Amino acid sequence: MAYSEKVLEHFKNPRNVGTLDKSKKSVGTGLVGAPECGDVMRLQIEVDEESGKIKDAKFKTFGCGSAIASSSLATEWLKGKSVDEAMAIDNMDIVEELALPPVKIHCSVLAEDAIKSAIKDYQEKNGVAAEAALEGSK
Amino acid sequence: MSQRLIYLDNNATTPVDPRVVDAMLPYFYEKPGNAASRSHPFGWVAEEAVDYAREQIADLIEVDPKEIIFTSGATEGDNLALKGVFEMYKRKGNHIITLKTEHKAVIDACQKIEAMGGEVTYLDVLPNGLIDLQVLENAIKDNTILISIMWANNETGTIQPMAEIGEICARHGVLFMSDATQAVGKVPVKPKEIGIHLMAFTGHKMYGPKGVGALFVNRKKPRVKVTAQMDGGGHERGMRSGTLNVPGIVGFGKAAEIAKKEMAADAARLSALRDRLQKGLMEGLEEVYINGAEESRMPHVTNLSFKHVEGEGLMMTFNQNIALSSGSACTSASLEPSYVLIAMGLGDDLAHSSLRFSLGRFTTDEDIDYTIDAITKGVNHMRDLSPIWEMYKEGVDLESVEWTEH
Repeated sequence: MAYSEKVLEHFKNPRNVGTLDKSKKSVGTGLVGAPECGDVMRLQIEVDEESGKIKDAKFKTFGCGSAIASSSLATEWLKGKSVDEAMAIDNMDIVEELALPPVKIHCSVLAEDAIKSAIKDYQEKNGVAAEAALEGSK
Repeated sequence: MSQRLIYLDNNATTPVDPRVVDAMLPYFYEKPGNAASRSHPFGWVAEEAVDYAREQIADLIEVDPKEIIFTSGATEGDNLALKGVFEMYKRKGNHIITLKTEHKAVIDACQKIEAMGGEVTYLDVLPNGLIDLQVLENAIKDNTILISIMWANNETGTIQPMAEIGEICARHGVLFMSDATQAVGKVPVKPKEIGIHLMAFTGHKMYGPKGVGALFVNRKKPRVKVTAQMDGGGHERGMRSGTLNVPGIVGFGKAAEIAKKEMAADAARLSALRDRLQKGLMEGLEEVYINGAEESRMPHVTNLSFKHVEGEGLMMTFNQNIALSSGSACTSASLEPSYVLIAMGLGDDLAHSSLRFSLGRFTTDEDIDYTIDAITKGVNHMRDLSPIWEMYKEGVDLESVEWTEH
């Protein structure tokens, strides 16, 4: 199967690979997927307390090239965004940016799930009701 | 050419040996005859060429040339043998025994036979891919007519204990068929010594052309017959109609002649290279596992699993330069791991992370050194990116993690 140039580029030079300290209150961690499905994504955000903006994002992904590229792209997009803006990232934006073929759309869905899961973890740690954030994203 | 290209997928198909190409060329234009044309020199020349190739092939596997039926390839040979025996012998019984690790050409033909009223037992294999002979013997029933066991597995290279299986078949008076596609031309294959009655193989796995294969059908003690699966001019003793592929058959014959002469030297060189590849990867990387019985394996094949690495992603790290096969294909939301490795009892984690390396006559030392380096880098790249590898290194029990299935 031929991969798009953008997928290949992210795959070869993934951005923001790594691990944030998940014990910190300002860090939210999302772990989605399952090894037997062939995809596991761990995406982390660190939110600046003053500005409320995401100041760092890191990922590690077990999966195919499209899964790695989707999560790498997600971390790029997350940096500098507010939590509400991050909630609004849609998997189809990732599909479009990376030119993912239909069989790889699930990789983008997983990346969106990872973002939402990381935000949820951050909000729970900081006592923000998830519903309120969801309202804000609409 | 700036980009290096390395071919380690010889179990999929082999390059055609240039000596084979040379032998074939006259039969396209200068000698265009139909081997069935009895009335003019063009036909006689073609028939003579086919007869000679039949001898070369029979000589390689030590059978009578009259026992070679030309086909379009091993898939056709498997189908003709299985369905042809079933139709010919179904009054004697309708039960066939085979393995879960057989090639799709055998499994799917058997499923068709089930739909035609046959009964098929698909046996499990041991964790090393070998058949359990006791399990085989226990599966034989009064209505069993045929046992079909592949000589060497295409994914792992595991060689089955053919002589022992032959003894069991003889003891129970059951016909013995083998898909020997991966073995013929690479290791000594002598069906008569073993008591095989039908055996399918093909040209393009032994440095011959694609589109031509053969089915060995035993003619004496017992005289085995198969019902033709195609109707037509009654070629090949009525078992396989259709104009013979003369250039292909000539090439197949030449490939057989070369194999007979060079098999031992090729096998010695390739097993040393294969061992070097395997050792290089296992020394340079942690958590690498060999799939399939090492002590009973084709000399040019190794199938390795790299734990906590996703196969398709791993392939992407090197497949611009190195041609290999992966044990899994990620074509949808869930991966489909190799049914052969699953039948051997591998867990999803190892089945998804497997690579099949199949070397060939044209593989060089430099190819192997380059491959060791590229695969090692690829696996490290994937592990550096993998949260599962990180958890594993931290000592997290991956079984206890609550994963979100999707």
